[in-house]
Amino acid sequence: MASVTLSEAEKVYIVHGVQEDLRVDGRGCEDYRSVEVETDVVSNTSGSARVKLGHTDILVGVKAEMGTPKLEKPNEGYLEFFVDCSANATPEFEGRGGDDLGTEIANTLYRIFNNKCSVDLKSLCINPREHCWVLYVDVLLLECGGNLFDAISIAVKAALFNTRIPRVRVLEDEEGSKDIELSDDPYDCIRLSVENVPCIVTLCKIGYRHVVDATLQEEACSLASLLVSVTSKGVVTCMRKVGKGSLDPESIFEMMETSKRVGKVLHNSLQSILHKEESLGPKRQKVGFLG
Amino acid sequence: MAGLELLSDQGYRVDGRRAGELRKIQARMGVFAQADGSAYIEQGNTKALAVVYGPHEIRGSRARALPDRALVNCQYSSATFSTGERKRRPHGDRKSCEMGLQLRQTFEAAILTQLHPRSQIDIYVQVLQADGGTYAACVNAATLAVLDAGIPMRDFVCACSAGFVDGTALADLSHVEEAAGGPQLALALLPASGQIALLEMDSRLHEDHLDQVLEAAAQAARDVHTLLDRVVRQHVREATISLGD
Repeated sequence: MASVTLSEAEKVYIVHGVQEDLRVDGRGCEDYRSVEVETDVVSNTSGSARVKLGHTDILVGVKAEMGTPKLEKPNEGYLEFFVDCSANATPEFEGRGGDDLGTEIANTLYRIFNNKCSVDLKSLCINPREHCWVLYVDVLLLECGGNLFDAISIAVKAALFNTRIPRVRVLEDEEGSKDIELSDDPYDCIRLSVENVPCIVTLCKIGYRHVVDATLQEEACSLASLLVSVTSKGVVTCMRKVGKGSLDPESIFEMMETSKRVGKVLHNSLQSILHKEESLGPKRQKVGFLG
Repeated sequence: MAGLELLSDQGYRVDGRRAGELRKIQARMGVFAQADGSAYIEQGNTKALAVVYGPHEIRGSRARALPDRALVNCQYSSATFSTGERKRRPHGDRKSCEMGLQLRQTFEAAILTQLHPRSQIDIYVQVLQADGGTYAACVNAATLAVLDAGIPMRDFVCACSAGFVDGTALADLSHVEEAAGGPQLALALLPASGQIALLEMDSRLHEDHLDQVLEAAAQAARDVHTLLDRVVRQHVREATISLGD
């Protein structure tokens, strides 16, 4: 994983600052860096979003393809996650170098979406046991500036919000053979409700305190962090400890409380940005990577 | 693609361009802060990002170091969502490896590698959306990124594709025109000297027409050069203003 090397003195400076609730870039312990979100950046996908959180730069594309439902869930569609840690982020990821981190992030995404309420998978079913929509959620990591998990989960939520799936009808003739008809109107599409899609809040334990949205430098000072996925209502859908250090149970409960509080604020501001952007409609000037 | 008219009787192409006309090009240098050089280019709907790291010490095995010049290392990858049908792997397949090799040849011809012996220059190109002419877009983006990194080059490298339909050479093919399966030519040019850094032609074309197609591609590459030059000057101007000078 992309990381920086710090001297002892630099680490002490960061740790002492965190104890005083004043971080190197002037933030408090529970503040996020400013987040830039833009949706609909890649026009040949069903939905896409780009998120920039400090120096972390994420592009997510969602493609809807027709597939067969899984045997154990015959009347539901499903989501497939793939994370590409491209060499753009750091030369260490060249060739197969980024595969480990990519798989780790993809597995975390599978886990936070592995519950009934996150996404309405039944709406992705076209024809029970035969056809359903498969949403391929492809994450592209373009630059690594700390706090990857949070940025990726925000980008995934924004891309799912932007996703438009063409409406299809199943026609059945007398002999019982089924035919799928695609709607003629390109604007006739279904959208997913992202109300309950969780976002990840990562809390890094630094000294005696914990911080949200750690930069690469702060991540280098932290021995362990807790990854909590929260929905907009503050429901925790998944939790995981990462890092080589250990955490005591008390601080885990403290961190969970913080993540719920921070998560709600994060969801609210994300929702308002997404709705604001949508209200501008097609007149919106697309910035993409040119801005 | 039967029945699709690539060039109308009035001389217009499917997307309304004239035969020698380029798609709209927009570019930006210095997209990322952590890399040594980076650039982004849009040619119509083809979008590519290029990032340059180096010159730095050789990574991995020291045996790869060249005693008299720098090693140019290129990786081409295209996002899984970049094409119409979803790709399974972003890089490592045959096409990506070939593209990486071509990029390497192109930039070995342009970068003054003898100035940095025993070191390595990494060029990573990422296609975000593919709509024809990906090789050209990658070369153009990589040129800007190498310039942004401040690595000395002989000249810009400007690339463009060209095709041949009904006795007319078409410049800067889009995906629809590429998919129609006619002859295709990819050209990378060092515009100041007119030297060719890479030339590749697929499918068959009568020898008599080669001259015409080559000239169309070269003219298009010179047009690209004018545009890239403008981008670089604009970028440098903004950089000096922000320095307060």
